[in-house]
Amino acid sequence: MGAGHHHQLYLPGASAVHRLPPQCKLLAVFAFAVVVVATPRERFWAFGLYALLLAAVAWAARVPPGHVLRRMAIELPFVLFAFLIPVIGLGERTTVLGLSLSVPGLWAAWNILAKATLGVVASILLAATTEPRVILLGAQRLRVPSLLVQIAMFMLRYLDVILDEMRRMRVARESRGFEARDVRQLPAVARSAGALFIRSYERGERVHLAMLSRGYSGRMPMLGEVSASAAQWGVALLLPVSALAVLGLSL
Amino acid sequence: MNSPNDVNSLEVSRLAYAYPDGTQALFGVDLTIGRGERVALLGPNGAGKTTLVMHLNGILTAGHGTVTVGGTPVRKDTLKEVRRRVGLVFQDPDDQLFMPTVRDDVAFGPANMGLTGEELERAVKGALDRVGMLEAIDRPPHHLSFGQRRRVAVATVLAMEPEILVLDEPSSNLDPAARRELAEILRSLDVTVLMVTHDLPYALELCERSLILSGGVIAADGPTRELLADTELLAAHRLELPYGFAVPAPAEPA
Ligand SMILES: Nc1ncnc2c1ncn2[C@@H]1O[C@H](COP(=O)(O)OP(=O)(O)O)[C@@H](O)[C@H]1O
Ligand SMILES: [Mg+2]
Repeated sequence: MGAGHHHQLYLPGASAVHRLPPQCKLLAVFAFAVVVVATPRERFWAFGLYALLLAAVAWAARVPPGHVLRRMAIELPFVLFAFLIPVIGLGERTTVLGLSLSVPGLWAAWNILAKATLGVVASILLAATTEPRVILLGAQRLRVPSLLVQIAMFMLRYLDVILDEMRRMRVARESRGFEARDVRQLPAVARSAGALFIRSYERGERVHLAMLSRGYSGRMPMLGEVSASAAQWGVALLLPVSALAVLGLSL
Repeated sequence: MNSPNDVNSLEVSRLAYAYPDGTQALFGVDLTIGRGERVALLGPNGAGKTTLVMHLNGILTAGHGTVTVGGTPVRKDTLKEVRRRVGLVFQDPDDQLFMPTVRDDVAFGPANMGLTGEELERAVKGALDRVGMLEAIDRPPHHLSFGQRRRVAVATVLAMEPEILVLDEPSSNLDPAARRELAEILRSLDVTVLMVTHDLPYALELCERSLILSGGVIAADGPTRELLADTELLAAHRLELPYGFAVPAPAEPA
C-alpha cells in the first residue's frame, strides 16, 4: 500500500483545462510539439512566445509552477547530454568563461534543450490535468491502435504490483544476508530478475484467462463516454493554432 | 432471477480432461447444482479443482463429457453466452482486477456484453453496492486492502448477472474480519454459488451441500455437516479440520 503516491503526475482540479475531453488535449499537445520541432532554432523569440503560451495554459489550469518544475527532472539526462555537445563538438570555436566551446555544438545544445523543454512541459501539463486512465480513453478515441492502448493500460495497472514484487524479492535476498556490493553478486540479482520475469509472464497468462472469462474478444470495450463538442475542440486547439501563428510570423 | 426451478444451474456429466503434457487431471466428473443452491467443492491440492472450474466457462474444453450451464451446453458456438452466465472469481484478485480503476474493472464484463451509457453505469453501481464497495468506485485497485479487492473481484462478475457464481479459494489470505464480511456478502446474494475451497469451516458456514473432488472424480456428495463429521472420509482424501475444530456427527444429538 501507499506505493505510487509520490510519483503522482495528476493534480485533481475542476479548471476549464481539466474538463476538456482527453482526445482534444492529446491532439493539442501533439500538434503543439510538431510546431515547436518545426521551428528554426535561430528564432529565439518564437520559443519565448511558446513558453508564454504554456504559462497561460498552466495558469488557466491552476497548475503551480513548482509542480511542473519538480516533474521536469525526467529531462535531466537530456540536459547533461546537451551540455556535453558544445564541449566535445567540432568546428568553429568560441570562448565562454574561459572554456573553449564549439559554435555548432552550442546551437545543437540550444536546439535540443529548448524543444525538449517545451515538449516536456506540455506533456506535464497534459498529465497534470488528465487522469492516466482518461488519457488512455482519449487515445482510444483518437484511434490509436488498440494493442498500444491495452499495453499502456496494463502498465498503468501493474507497475505498482511489479514494483512491490521486486521489493519483496529484495527483502528476501537481504534478509538472507545478501548485499549487492560488487559485480560478483550480479548473478544473484540476475536470477531474481529472471524469476520476476517468469512471475510477470505467469500473471499475464492468468490475467488473460480472467479477461476471457468476462467476454474479452481481442479489443477493449469503449468504457465511459468521452465525446467532444466542436467548442471543446476549438478551445483545445487554441494552443497549437497560436503556436502555428507564432511560427508563421517567425518565418 | 428466481425463475422456476425447472433448469439446473450447472450439470457436468462424465467430464474427463488431460493437459497437453499428458497429465490426466479429471477422470469422469459428474455433478448437478440446482438453481439457488450454495455448494462447496472440497479437495486436496492437485485434486483437479481448478481444472474443473476452467471447464465451467469454456477456458478449457472437455476432452470427454459435457458441461451444461442453465440449459446451455458449453461449446465453441455458445462460449459468449456461457461466459456471461458463469461468473468466475479467480484466487488472486490482482489477476481479476486488471483495469486502472474499480469502475473500469467492474464495467469490463458488461461492456463486452454490449451495455453502454446509463445502463452500464447502473450495472456497475449495482454490483459494487451488493458487495459494499460503492465508495471505492473511482479508486485504483492497488490502493485497496486485500479483502476489499476480493470483494471488488466478486462485483466484477456480479455485474454480468451470472446464472452461477464460481469462486476459487475465496477465503485464502483473508484476515478473520475480511473473511466474515465476505461470508455475509455471499450469503446475501441471490445467485447459485459454487465455492472451491479447502477451508472446511468456511464451507460449513456457507454451504448446505458439499462435493469432495479427489483424484479427478467426485468422491462424495452430501450435506456439508455429514461429510465433515466423517473423519475417515476426510482423512482418505487428505482433508483436515483445523486444530480444535470438530463437527458433531449429525445422527447423535449434540
Ligand atoms: N497447465 C498444466 N499442465 C499440466 N498439468 C497441470 C496443469 N495445471 C494443473 N496440472 C495438473 O493437474 C492436476 C490438477 O491440478 P489442479 O486442477 O490445479 O488442482 P487443484 O486446483 O485441485 O489444486 C495436478 O496434478 C496438476 O499438477
Ligand atoms: Mg487450484
